[in-house]
Amino acid sequence: MSERPLLEVEGLEKWFPVPGGGLFGPRPKLRALDGVSFTMQRGEVLGVVGESGSGKTTLGRAVLRLLAPSAGRIAFDGTDITTLSRHRMRPLRPRMQLVFQDPFASLNPRMTVGSIIAAPLVVQHRGDRAARDKAVADALDLVGLPARAALRYPHEFSGGQRQRIGIARALILRPDFLVADEPVSALDVSIQAQVVNLLLELQQRLGLAIMFIGHDLAVVGHISDRIAVMYLGRIVEIGPTEEVLARSAHPYTAALFAAAPVPDPSRRGHRVMLVGDVPSPIDPPSGCAFRTRCPHATSACAVARPALRELSPGHSVACIRVSA
Amino acid sequence: MRDLAVRFHTDGGVVTAVDGLSFSLRRGETLAIVGESGSGKSVTGLAIMRLLPSGSGCVVEGEVQFAGAGAARNLLLLDPEAMRQIRGDRIAMVFQEPMTSLNPVHTIGDQIAEPLVHHRGLSHRAALDRAAELLERVGIPEPRRRLASFPHQLSGGMRQRAMIAMALSCDPDVLIADEPTTALDVTIQAQILELIADLQRQSGMAVIFVTHNLGVVAEIADRVLVMYAGRAMEQAAVAPLFARPAHPYTTGLLASVPRLDQRGTLRESLRAIPGNMPDPTRMPPGCAFHPRCVHAVPGLCDQAVPPAESLADGRVVRCARWRAIAL
Repeated sequence: MSERPLLEVEGLEKWFPVPGGGLFGPRPKLRALDGVSFTMQRGEVLGVVGESGSGKTTLGRAVLRLLAPSAGRIAFDGTDITTLSRHRMRPLRPRMQLVFQDPFASLNPRMTVGSIIAAPLVVQHRGDRAARDKAVADALDLVGLPARAALRYPHEFSGGQRQRIGIARALILRPDFLVADEPVSALDVSIQAQVVNLLLELQQRLGLAIMFIGHDLAVVGHISDRIAVMYLGRIVEIGPTEEVLARSAHPYTAALFAAAPVPDPSRRGHRVMLVGDVPSPIDPPSGCAFRTRCPHATSACAVARPALRELSPGHSVACIRVSA
Repeated sequence: MRDLAVRFHTDGGVVTAVDGLSFSLRRGETLAIVGESGSGKSVTGLAIMRLLPSGSGCVVEGEVQFAGAGAARNLLLLDPEAMRQIRGDRIAMVFQEPMTSLNPVHTIGDQIAEPLVHHRGLSHRAALDRAAELLERVGIPEPRRRLASFPHQLSGGMRQRAMIAMALSCDPDVLIADEPTTALDVTIQAQILELIADLQRQSGMAVIFVTHNLGVVAEIADRVLVMYAGRAMEQAAVAPLFARPAHPYTTGLLASVPRLDQRGTLRESLRAIPGNMPDPTRMPPGCAFHPRCVHAVPGLCDQAVPPAESLADGRVVRCARWRAIAL
């Protein structure tokens, strides 16, 4: 791939101050992102998996510059956006959009569906009333809702339909990059598949790049070209989905996949199980953050933080115990 | 359970949350009740526990015969005091969100000790000793110290363990677990599922596991009850249910779940079930699933609610066309 990546992220860090600490001592920081680097190509789906506290949501917000990074660098289509002002971000905003997890909380109940979907056009001063109405109808059609839905209110729609409305809003400015943060987690099983299919179809039709954040490994595995596995604010493994699934190298990736229940009773049985909880991101373990729960950890794992090493083209892992 | 029906009289009309639900549960057995939102799966658990609000337009009909150690009694007819003796003692419940079901102003120790004082007449001190044992049994490190912790000081997984410890305090005959792992991360979910299975092996209690997650069902259930819009669509042992689902809804549900172990190199579309869940105040006539069913036949499926048919292999199916579909 000689083409310039759509998104380049290098050493991205995001700290949040937390209450506590001595009067004169340093204020403790929660390291939500702790040196994250990756690139995304145009039209690619990158799945980001991890458990709560892994930093996956923060990552999605940071690359959209909805959060100001604490350190590191983000480039979108060649433009360094790490420190761009609101004003300078504005022309780029239409190209990068977000789909939220909760289809109930993310739609204003007092606005009609039409004005919700048209809002990005209004904010960006695009088109006149007639042009916006046309764009709304097109966007509704794109997500499989009838044009008359524009006149109704969010509460008249089911969860799956509301998520379609959220996707229509995200797509109306024709972005080339979409962050979908757990877009199907709040939906019923039979509805999840509809929305996953819709996202895949739109991605192929519009050439969208999607960062698909999720905790359901089967769903993320289904939709993604590549998968990044996060643990305590770091990417511990990243690679093509088939590679990561078939040859998961990091012990955390292996444990995560082993823990995901498979809907097949004939495959029931004892699994390698992780003990304990995710450590606090305020005071992460030294060296490899996973070593406190890792069945393969040695004293060397506590010494230095493992860097991502490439095992095979595009497949990298941050673990000193994995031999290349 | 025989012909359980739960109706809510609301301003928008009568909502039938559960209708004609029958099943049995043997000692030591795990029955998974699977369904999506509005299927009535949680209401079923609450009805058994008699935890549905009475006198607020909620009507419960049918029978819930509970044998326990003695003769079978219909729980729905017990007076409130007799029910209180059973609830939390012989039948215990674990909920989805431990943060909202634990009392934030009482210590974990006091909350686990309470049923022991109430049902077993233990002194507070003896109950706390027992609480520490229970915490140890559910895998909480430093159980003695944890007795003095408040719920917010524990992680989500630890809180769910504490909830389970509380539910198990009186060695119940039946544990009703309502989505106990839904709010948890997968690695913690795996720990909790293993814990429940372990405790069940030790004590021989029966478990009703309410969930929407088919992976979890495959992992833990002996038998499965698939609910849709308040009715049992299919009931079967876990292996045949997954291998040869008889009801089109079960088939659709299984097909709509992506599987890592069957992921091809080409990303095919998932076989989604079309349409949406029915509005509970405006249930479709006939089989509630027919508007979304690819096998539905006009004049048949939209006329009468199909009867629950018992098959030779112990399966129960509520579909007018299951024979034709199976061919």
